[in-house]
Amino acid sequence: MDLRSYDFGANLHWFEQGGQRIVLDVNSGSLHAFDLPAREALQRLAECGGDWERAILLIAAKYGQMEAEEVFLELEQLAEAESLFTADPGFVAPAYPREPVIKAICLHVAHDCNLRCEYCFAGTGDFGGERSLMSSEVGKQAIRFVLEKSRHRRHCEVDFFGGEPLVNFRVVKELVEFGRQEAAKAGKTIKFTLTTNAVLLNRQVRDFLAENDISVVLSLDGRPEVNDRMRPYADGSGSYQEVAGNIKEFVSAQQNPSPYAVGTYYYVRGTYTHNNLDFDRDVLHMAGLGCKQVSVEPVVAAPDDPYAFREGDLPVLADSYDRLADAYLARRNTSEEFNFFHFNLELGKGPCLPKRLSGCGAGHEYLAVSPDGSLYPCHQFVGKEEFKVGDVFSGKVDAAMAEKFRSAHVYNKPECTKCWARFFCSGGCHAAAYNFNADILKPYRLGCELQRKRLECAMYIKVKEAVG
Amino acid sequence: MPKHIVTITKANLKDTVKTGGCGECQTSCTVGNQVCVK
Repeated sequence: MDLRSYDFGANLHWFEQGGQRIVLDVNSGSLHAFDLPAREALQRLAECGGDWERAILLIAAKYGQMEAEEVFLELEQLAEAESLFTADPGFVAPAYPREPVIKAICLHVAHDCNLRCEYCFAGTGDFGGERSLMSSEVGKQAIRFVLEKSRHRRHCEVDFFGGEPLVNFRVVKELVEFGRQEAAKAGKTIKFTLTTNAVLLNRQVRDFLAENDISVVLSLDGRPEVNDRMRPYADGSGSYQEVAGNIKEFVSAQQNPSPYAVGTYYYVRGTYTHNNLDFDRDVLHMAGLGCKQVSVEPVVAAPDDPYAFREGDLPVLADSYDRLADAYLARRNTSEEFNFFHFNLELGKGPCLPKRLSGCGAGHEYLAVSPDGSLYPCHQFVGKEEFKVGDVFSGKVDAAMAEKFRSAHVYNKPECTKCWARFFCSGGCHAAAYNFNADILKPYRLGCELQRKRLECAMYIKVKEAVG
Repeated sequence: MPKHIVTITKANLKDTVKTGGCGECQTSCTVGNQVCVK
């Protein structure tokens, strides 16, 4: 085999975790577990610049000729099967029309909130503007907008967001009924989701969500002291007691929701900060409350915020992910098992390559709607007027801005083209790139590091589940 | 039987260019945490 022009760093990723030697073939998505001689053979190949004969000699000198030939024969067979040493597939333009096809909207039904979370990117609910609620007229027009702009797509999505959407529950109810009727007329379906802090999640709301198959993302940061430090009420008192009680009531009625956010599901979603680098304990705390579907995310913070991550935090966070992966495995098939969103990795039936290149869809498939009907590339750009792309009443979307976001894929981001995680993260979050680097083409470095760590843990879990 | 390497998952992203691209899957907002709905 001639691998002298093969870029090992960009196209293969190997690492060790929990005694497993794990190898990802980046371009095919194939995952392997290697023994020590095979892993060393890969390393020698990379060090020799792909010189196959020289690498065999080096392995034979250490393990003997017969063992070296066995190893390299297996490597060759995997290459022939196109699951090792595969080439980058290159940019594949998704077969979508050039005009934006908007199939998902994030409805900011309330720029107001009953909590005053320290790290809220929505400026504690008002997104830096006036506290306001979306009217049903604006909401209905937004639903007409997405049904029309989704063109040939059958599945549309509407997320109720804020602020806190349940402070405008009357409009939420009205829009769900309206959306169902309008979607049926158009021969489409709308999947509704609602992101809530759970303060107002009473029986009436729970019944409504269940009756209408609405998926729910519930905010809780974990242990009482962790949650209450960052998620107080307006009077400064902690929200844990009330919120955790409401969430326990809610999750106790849920039946085996999909971990992959398909169908009707829920996730209890926390934010971790510099204050709780041992966030794995918060995940396990929430699992102990009966929350079987959990996700925690790193805080989005300005560098001088007191809870922002600092130099030196990354190895501590990596250890927390490692502990969480081991706890996840230890609890599988027990009464204490739980799902962690970022450990879900469906390697065989994951997204297609066009999807991986279109990324999150912000700006060209997915838009956020502010209470007055203004449109933004996503919920994190709301309030940044330079990113306003239109409004639901004119029905027009800034085509140049949509193209700018559509073009922000991994092949147009220099730092992504050589990264082994490029087909999993799809280039990362545009808002984080803009917030930290003032350029949606420059990924947020810490976000990338954490992304890669989560993916390694997810692959480790796959390997452990397969080989024990 | 392979002795040194166990393949956990054999995938072929390149093939999904022909079979995928329908755009009917959930808007992710890690795309890799999603599943194909076909």
